[in-house]
Amino acid sequence: MNSRSHYDVVILGAGMSGLAAGIRLAHFGRRVCIFERHNAVGGLNGFYSIAGRKFDVGLHAVTNYVRPGVKGTPLGKLFRQLRIDREEFALCEQKQSRIAFGPQGEVSLRFTNDFVVLESEIAAKFPGQIDGFRRLVALVRTHDDVSLEATPLSARAVLREHITDPLLEDMLLCPLMYYGSSQPGDMEFGQFVIMFKAIFLEGFARPLEGVRVILRVLLEKYREAGGERRMKCGVSRLRTRGDRVVALQLDSGEEITADHVISSIGLIETRALIDGSGVANSDSTVSKPGSVRLSFAETITIMDRQPAQIGWDMDTIVFFNDTSRLDYNRPEEAVDLRSGVVCFPNNFQYPYNQYLEEGIFRVTCLANFCAWERLLPEEYREAKGRWFAAMQRSAKRFLPQPTVPQLKDIVVTTDMFTPLTVRRFTGHVEGAIYGAPEKIRTGRTDYSNLYLCGTDQGFLGIIGAMLSGISMANYHILAKSG
Amino acid sequence: MTKDEVKQVVLGIIADIAPDEDLSTLKPDVRLRDQMQLDSMDFLDIVMELRKRHGIEVPEKDYPQLATLDSCGDYLTPKFNALASKS
Repeated sequence: MNSRSHYDVVILGAGMSGLAAGIRLAHFGRRVCIFERHNAVGGLNGFYSIAGRKFDVGLHAVTNYVRPGVKGTPLGKLFRQLRIDREEFALCEQKQSRIAFGPQGEVSLRFTNDFVVLESEIAAKFPGQIDGFRRLVALVRTHDDVSLEATPLSARAVLREHITDPLLEDMLLCPLMYYGSSQPGDMEFGQFVIMFKAIFLEGFARPLEGVRVILRVLLEKYREAGGERRMKCGVSRLRTRGDRVVALQLDSGEEITADHVISSIGLIETRALIDGSGVANSDSTVSKPGSVRLSFAETITIMDRQPAQIGWDMDTIVFFNDTSRLDYNRPEEAVDLRSGVVCFPNNFQYPYNQYLEEGIFRVTCLANFCAWERLLPEEYREAKGRWFAAMQRSAKRFLPQPTVPQLKDIVVTTDMFTPLTVRRFTGHVEGAIYGAPEKIRTGRTDYSNLYLCGTDQGFLGIIGAMLSGISMANYHILAKSG
Repeated sequence: MTKDEVKQVVLGIIADIAPDEDLSTLKPDVRLRDQMQLDSMDFLDIVMELRKRHGIEVPEKDYPQLATLDSCGDYLTPKFNALASKS
């Protein structure tokens, strides 16, 4: 191997944020290397193959979608900063999505990439709330959500100044929480604004081939810019002197040095490397109140026909909850069946003649890492089977009755991931999807040349993740050097 | 280099940074920021592309000099020529 032993910048983790930071730095001539312990890129937004079939992890839809010509939004900023032509992502818009609350989803709000749809749904179903909703939207549109040092506010508190019906409050929060909140029960208002824009004012889209397309583009840009990457090569220890990281020890025992280190692996996960313990301990640091990490379980059902052929033709994504109040929290049980998200990757508006050959039905629910972790291997397998069926049953309550007698008759294969799977492949403590509840927006750490990007820096969603890497590379490294 | 050539260099950089902007109607004496969606990240990129492609250094205190296409020409032309005479 002709890899060097000193870099201008080393990045920990080849997920969306690490790759984006790497592209920026390599483009402007920094000698940069990304170290990734796993054998695949993508991190929390990756994919895996089983028997030649590709499964996406994470990505249901790219949020923040705006049509060509719409300027000044995160998607445009991302394309500019990474020198990506928007055609390269080949984004196709959603059909429609729904927020469905009540035992069978009796109260339902449809939304699409045209904001007027949501607005008119609210006017029709919550006529007493529409004026307040419009005031809330005006506030969201003018809120400065890019400030790195804003004072945290409760989203629920702000919402209640405008929306008095708790059902509508929870229905609005549901998609925003599921698609980006690391905080149980409430959200920080700045995060709420970011997610509200990303999901309701902008929208959902997807490349036909899913997250692979996006990762392929990022890898190509990074390689073209001269960035290096070392796979199956984790960093096991950060050696410090005074307030600086002076060396990085790799899993292989090899030692390398770098002027700057950007870590996308999470704050306590990074701290664990400094302590030299190597393993982020979930008992001592995490379980204190207020620092619950949220994780999810997901079932994937591959069908021999399109969802549209069995009557599931309209919905792209359905956010469901079977009562009128949403309990977005870590459940006591292994999985919380009361609420969740259904995604049909087939139901995007792909160009004529382009479609996914098989039907895909995904269901995501909140899950409890500890409940999965304490199981023995055979119990784990058994639990997966049981919860798989239960999650699917729960989600089907919110969908039209399928036009086949038995769903299992058309199922080709299934798969499921749990919080344990997430931890195994990403290293995130407790299988956390959106990082720790508290964010460090500036990315600063106790060490002057060590910065965070990714989930614990706190620009969320897939576009947010990339913008996190971009911002941290700009702010801490590119803007500072003369 | 002439001021016009330098302005072309700057336009070329802007075209790469912001391919979604229409540069054909750009007025040389009006602030770039007022005619296009350029934020501080984009300005940082103009400065860094100048360094990367042409070896031109623009210290932070001089960023206001890049406000319009004309002021870019005024400010950068001596820098380009100084660099050319050195090589």
